[in-house]
Amino acid sequence: MFKYLFAKNEDIPTGSAAIYFGFSSIIWFVIGTGLGSFNAAKLGFPDFVTGSFVFAFGHMRQVHVMAVIFGWISMAFAMAMMYITPIIGNTKLWSEKLGLWNCFLWNVGLTLALTLMWTFGIESGREYSDFPWPIDLYIVFFILFPLALNVWMTIKNRRTQGIYTTNWFFAAATFMVAIVFLVGNSPEFFHLTGLTEAYLTWWFAHNVLGLWITPVAAAIAYYTIPKVTGNPLYSHRIGHLHFWSVVVFYSTPAAHHLMSAPLPEWLKSFASVEGVLILVPAIAFVSNILLTMQGKWHMFVENLEIKFTVTGVLMAIPLNMQGGFQQTRAINWYIHGTGWIVAHAHLALLGFSTFMEVAAVYLGMQTLMRRKLYSIALGNFHYWMLLIGFSTYWISMTIAGLIQGAGKIYEVPYIDVVVAEHPYMIARWIGGTMVFTGNIVWLYNMWMTARAGTVIPAGRQPHELAYER
Amino acid sequence: MAFRQYTVGARMFGLALGSSMMITLFFPSIDIRNVTATESALDRQLQDGWDAGFNLTDPILKGWNKPVKVLMTKDPKTGAALPPGTYAYVYSAGTWFPSGIIHPVILGAGASDLTVQKGRVGEADNKAGAVFMVKHGMFEGQDYAYIEDVTATQGWMPEAVLSSAPEANVSHSGAGKTMFVREGCWWCHTLLPEETQDWQAFGVPPMLGDFNGASPTSFGSDRKAPDLLHVASRNSSREWMLMHFFNPRLVQPHSIMPRFDYLWGDKDASGKDIDFGKWRAEYDEYHEGKRDTPPDVPEPAKNSEIRELLDFMLSLK
Ligand code: HEC
Repeated sequence: MFKYLFAKNEDIPTGSAAIYFGFSSIIWFVIGTGLGSFNAAKLGFPDFVTGSFVFAFGHMRQVHVMAVIFGWISMAFAMAMMYITPIIGNTKLWSEKLGLWNCFLWNVGLTLALTLMWTFGIESGREYSDFPWPIDLYIVFFILFPLALNVWMTIKNRRTQGIYTTNWFFAAATFMVAIVFLVGNSPEFFHLTGLTEAYLTWWFAHNVLGLWITPVAAAIAYYTIPKVTGNPLYSHRIGHLHFWSVVVFYSTPAAHHLMSAPLPEWLKSFASVEGVLILVPAIAFVSNILLTMQGKWHMFVENLEIKFTVTGVLMAIPLNMQGGFQQTRAINWYIHGTGWIVAHAHLALLGFSTFMEVAAVYLGMQTLMRRKLYSIALGNFHYWMLLIGFSTYWISMTIAGLIQGAGKIYEVPYIDVVVAEHPYMIARWIGGTMVFTGNIVWLYNMWMTARAGTVIPAGRQPHELAYER
Repeated sequence: MAFRQYTVGARMFGLALGSSMMITLFFPSIDIRNVTATESALDRQLQDGWDAGFNLTDPILKGWNKPVKVLMTKDPKTGAALPPGTYAYVYSAGTWFPSGIIHPVILGAGASDLTVQKGRVGEADNKAGAVFMVKHGMFEGQDYAYIEDVTATQGWMPEAVLSSAPEANVSHSGAGKTMFVREGCWWCHTLLPEETQDWQAFGVPPMLGDFNGASPTSFGSDRKAPDLLHVASRNSSREWMLMHFFNPRLVQPHSIMPRFDYLWGDKDASGKDIDFGKWRAEYDEYHEGKRDTPPDVPEPAKNSEIRELLDFMLSLK
C-alpha cells in the first residue's frame, strides 16, 4: 500500500484501495471482537486483569464499540463502496490514489484515537460519540469526506444511464453520515449543555446507525444477491420505497432512546410513532431481497456469500420487530437499560449488518484479487462460528435483559439481579470468544487466498468456479 | 451523464432530510431552551464547572480546571456565623465558569433574569476567580433559584473562602465527575432513575429543568448496576465507599464491579508508598480462608483521584 501512496493514479492497479480497505477491516474486526471478548470476560470474572488503569473495563468498553463501528463496519463499507460503485456504474473508481490515502489516514487516525482513549481514558463522556471533538473533525474531513468524494465522483462519471439502487444508498449515506457527525457532535463543538446535550448524544447514536450503518448494509445486499444469484432485483419500486422511508422515518425517532428521561413528552410520543414506522423500510428491504432469491434458494446452502447475506437479511426480521416495538412506551419501560438492548444492538451490528458486510468482503476480495477463496471449509467454519457465537450472545443477553427488567419493576435488591445474571455473562463471553476465534480464522483464510488461492480466469466470476481445495 | 436527471430526487431528498431535522432538532431545541433551571441544576453545574469530559482545559481528564464546593460555617469577611448547610462554589483564578455564568440565558426564564440582575454574574471575572452561591428570589411573583456572584455582592474572595473552611468541608466533586466520566462508571451505572418505576429503589427521577448547564449529562444507557443519582441518600458511609472502591468484593462478595484501587495513586494519606502487590497477596490469602480479616484499605491522600471521586459520590444526594 505504501508504495502506491505516491504513485501516479494511472499506475495504481484497479482495486488496490478496496483490497487494502478489505484487509484493514478484517484486522479491525479481529481487534474489535477481541476487545469485546476481553470486556465480556471482565464482566463474567471481575478480577480478571484487575487493578490496572489501562485495562480497566471503563476504558476498554468504548474502544470495543469504536473499533467495530469505525474500524470493522465502516471500513468494510468503504471497501464495498470502492469496488461496487464503479462496477455498477460500469466505470473505474474516480481516484484509486485518493482511496489509498483514505484508507491510510483512516487507519492512522483510528489507531491514534483508540490508543488515546485506551491509555489515557480520553473521552467525551457521551455514548457512541465518545471521541473528543478534534477526532470527530478528523473523521469528517479526512475519513468521511474523501470517501464521499470518491463515491460521488465515480457515480457522476458512470457509463450507465440510470443509477442502481445500491448507488443511491451509497451516495446518500456518505452525505448523511457527514451531516450526522457534524450536527451530532455540536454539543462538543459549541459546548451545548443539559438536555440538549443528552438529546443530541442520542440523536447522533440513532442516526449514525439509521442513516449510515443500516442503509449501507442494505445497499450491499442489493448488490450481492442479484450479482451472485444472477436474478435481477425483484422490484426497483420497492427499492424506492425502502430508500425514501429510510430518509423520512429512520432519521426521526432519536428521542426514543431516552423514553424515561425528562424530555418534552410530545417529542417522546412523536419519536415512538416514527419508531414503529421503521418497519416500512425494514419490510420493504427484507421482502425485496427474499423475493429476489426466488428459484435460487439452493445457493443459501451452497454459496458462502449468499449464505452470509441471506442470514443477515433474515436477522433483519427479528431486529426490526424488536426495533419497531421495544421503543414504544408499553414495552420500553420494561426493557429499557437492560441487557435486552445490548442484545438488540448486537443483533443489528453483529447480526444483520456484519453478516452482509462479511459477504461483501468475501466476494469483493476474490473478485479484485482474481483469486478463488483459499478454503471453503474455513469459510464455512467462519460462518458457523459467527452464527453460533452471535446466537449464544444474543440469547444469553436477551434472557439477562428480561431478568434485569423483572428485577427493575419488582424492585428486587440489585445484587440479586447481579447474581442471577452471572451465568448469562459467562455465556456471553463464550459467544463473543467464538466470534473472535472465527475472525482470526477468516483473516488467515483471506491472507492465504491472496497468496495461494486458485487464480480466477479472466471473464469469470469467483462464484462460478468450483473449489479445488 | 450528469446528475441532472436526478434533480427532482435530489431536491426531494433535501426536503425530506431538512424537514426531519426541523422536527427532530429545531422544535425540541425551542422547547428545551425555555425550560427554567431548577435548584438542583444550578448546584450541579456550579459543582462541575465548564465540562467534565474531554475539553481543552483538561485534555487528558485529570480533573484540571475544576471548582470546589465548600461547606461554609462563618462569613469569611465578617466572621459571623452562617446558617447550617450554606455552600459556596469556589472558582480560583483562571478556572473556567460553567455555561450558566457565561450565558445566563440557558438558565431559562426567571432564573436567568435573577441571576443577571440580583446575582450580578456579569461581573464575575475568571482571571481573578469568583465565588458563587445558589440563592432564592422572587421574579414576577414567583420563586426561583438563581446564581449569585458573592464576590461581586459580598466581596468574598476565593482564597478567603478556602482558608475560612476546614479541609473536611471542601468537596472536589467537580473533579470527581471527571473521574466518573474517565473511568467509565456510566457503562454500568446510570444517573437517571426511570420515570415508570425506580422511585422506591433509586429515588426520584429528575425533572426537565434539572440539567441546564450540565455537560456531559452521562445518563448512561446500559444499567448493569444500581442507579447512582441519589446514591448518597441511601449510603453516605465514607468507609464503606472506600472499601468498595478499593475492592468491591470486600463489602459485596457477589459484586462484578471492577477494583478501582489504582485511583489511590502511589502514596497514602501519610505519604507512605502503597504496596499493592502485598495488599493483593494478603487479600488472596483472606479469600482462601488463610487469614481471618482482609488487609486494611489505605487511607487516600488528600489530592488523590479517589478522593475526588468519593466527593462526587457523596454529593449525589
Ligand atoms: C462492570 C460494571 C461496573 C463499573 C464499571 C462500575 N460499577 Fe459500581 N457497581 C457495579 C455493581 C454490579 C454494583 C452492585 C454491587 C455492589 O454493591 O458492588 C455496583 C455498586 C456501586 C455502588 C453502590 C451502589 C449502591 O446502591 O449501594 C457505588 C457507589 C458504585 N458502584 C460506584 C461506582 C463508581 C463511582 C464507578 C466508576 C469509578 C463504578 N461504580 C463502576 C458495577 C460497576
